[in-house]
Amino acid sequence: MLQQDIAQAAAKVTNKGLRRRLRLGERVIEGWIFLAGMLAIVVLLGIIFILLKEGLPIFANTPPWEFFFGTHWYPVSDPPTFGIAAFFVSTLWVTLISTAVAVPLGVACAAYLSEVAPSKVSETIKPIIEILAGIPSVMMGFIGLALLSPFVQSLFHLNTGLCGLTAAIMLSMMSLPIIVSVSEDAMHAVPKEFKEASYALGATKWETIWHVCIPSALSGITAAIMLGVGRAIGETMTVLMVAGGALAVPASPTDPMTTMTSAIASGIGNAVRGGLQYQALFAVGLILFILTLAVNIIAERVLERQKRKFAR
Amino acid sequence: MFKSVKKWFLPLALVLVIAFTFAGCSNTTTTTAATPTTPALSGSFKIIGSNTITPLSSVWAENFMKDNPKVSIAVSGPGSGVGIASLIDGTTDICQASRAIKSTEITQANEKGVNPYEIQVATDALSVVVNPANPVSELTFAQLSAIYTNQITNWKEVGGNDAPIVVFSRDNNSGTFAYFLEDVVQMAGMTTADKTLQYGGKVMMFPSTEQGVSQVASNANAIFYAGLGYLSDTVKTIAIKKTANDTAVKPSVATSLDGTYPISRPLFYYTNGAPTGVIKAYIDYCLSAEGQQEVLNAGFVPLVK
Repeated sequence: MLQQDIAQAAAKVTNKGLRRRLRLGERVIEGWIFLAGMLAIVVLLGIIFILLKEGLPIFANTPPWEFFFGTHWYPVSDPPTFGIAAFFVSTLWVTLISTAVAVPLGVACAAYLSEVAPSKVSETIKPIIEILAGIPSVMMGFIGLALLSPFVQSLFHLNTGLCGLTAAIMLSMMSLPIIVSVSEDAMHAVPKEFKEASYALGATKWETIWHVCIPSALSGITAAIMLGVGRAIGETMTVLMVAGGALAVPASPTDPMTTMTSAIASGIGNAVRGGLQYQALFAVGLILFILTLAVNIIAERVLERQKRKFAR
Repeated sequence: MFKSVKKWFLPLALVLVIAFTFAGCSNTTTTTAATPTTPALSGSFKIIGSNTITPLSSVWAENFMKDNPKVSIAVSGPGSGVGIASLIDGTTDICQASRAIKSTEITQANEKGVNPYEIQVATDALSVVVNPANPVSELTFAQLSAIYTNQITNWKEVGGNDAPIVVFSRDNNSGTFAYFLEDVVQMAGMTTADKTLQYGGKVMMFPSTEQGVSQVASNANAIFYAGLGYLSDTVKTIAIKKTANDTAVKPSVATSLDGTYPISRPLFYYTNGAPTGVIKAYIDYCLSAEGQQEVLNAGFVPLVK
């Protein structure tokens, strides 16, 4: 009896203290989370500020017109010339081709996983595809260098297998997981009633996928594609290793080329802080940042539309 | 009012604490980095720069660390340009360079309070290599220049097969890139340099010498240039002549020492001011007879005493 009383009293006391402590603990955690949220914004603003501060001064030396449309990049010559047209076109080639390879594959794979495969199969395959996203890009570069480039060289009778096409194929392998994963989610979110209605009308599985699932999930698929494109634009190491590194404006995807990312990666080491080449490379970085930002914003917008469509 | 202050106080305090921590961190790192080596043979220093010199510097550093266990040396070879930029920015103790520092770079260094001090540590015979299957065995400066400016694009124009020339180069971080441009491509066998000549747009730039050499070994139509230390049986070296009337000479230690090989170049170490302490001891070792024997072993040309 007595022991119980003591225990009750003790519980009351500690409860009071506990509640106070909890309130304090919550404050600390709230503050911590707030800080984490702010940190991301601060870092982003800091990056934009540094890109602008270090990159814009180049336009005092090279007018924007010459910078964007110039085809000669001789940063260590005297006087140096900075024209990034070749890098820009290379990035365009590599991104376009990798998207052209990855999208049909990725969407087909997503349709299979979401609509055709038995749930056991799709539950096994999806994580495996997502592992593909975790392969370090330098490994993809190795694979491209050792396996894919000799193959591409003999297939297209090229002088060298190190070219934009090889890089684009490796990049498509890297953006595939994002495309599959996001568009599978989008197709999965298509209401069952849509598909059931389609089957009730006598449509086959293929007709249902082509005329119902893909159109209904189109905004999600678009977002998936944009995310894949963003990945392809920003990828550096693989491209640096297998794209060939020539400085001419590439006329065809089978030419060796240098993308904007690999130009920055290979040039920043020998650029003296604050020097002209340093500024020029930061300006290239600024353009790259604007490109990926635009792609991400479009993806975000489209994804939101998809969510609203099925929010009931 | 009071409540809202209270709400903001904690996050704000945390921000300040973190900001000061970071500020503190950066201060301490800069002070330790600025501390030079101690006079007793212990300490650590960095060698950054030329990809060409890296195999040699690595051997020297390993030997020196074996003899002086308390010393640690980090060697990395992203390219001479990177090394010189690091010297100017104060992020390396020794810069290894396969080209001489430019006057503009000396000005930049002086503006930042750095005085580049030049020490030649070895000589290199810059070699031009092709695939062993290629029948071409000698080239003139003018031909090399035309190949690297994309004016000659087929091997038959220089006496080889009817096949396109696949031209490889190092990227512009490289001292070899700059040396080859200024002393071969722009000279083109003439007496004065033609500064308007640049590497052609189809020249493929590689981030390392190893990659270029291995690509030449697997590509029958490729051409590349590499330091003597990087040569192997998988590639064929080309004999070089300055003009068509000269005799073509293959790169080797002997032809470089007697001055008959036309593209020999000095390899340098640069320090900020004359080296002192452990760095001086290290460089003295590199220049000693023992150190120069390693130059020979690494495939470079030792200094003549």
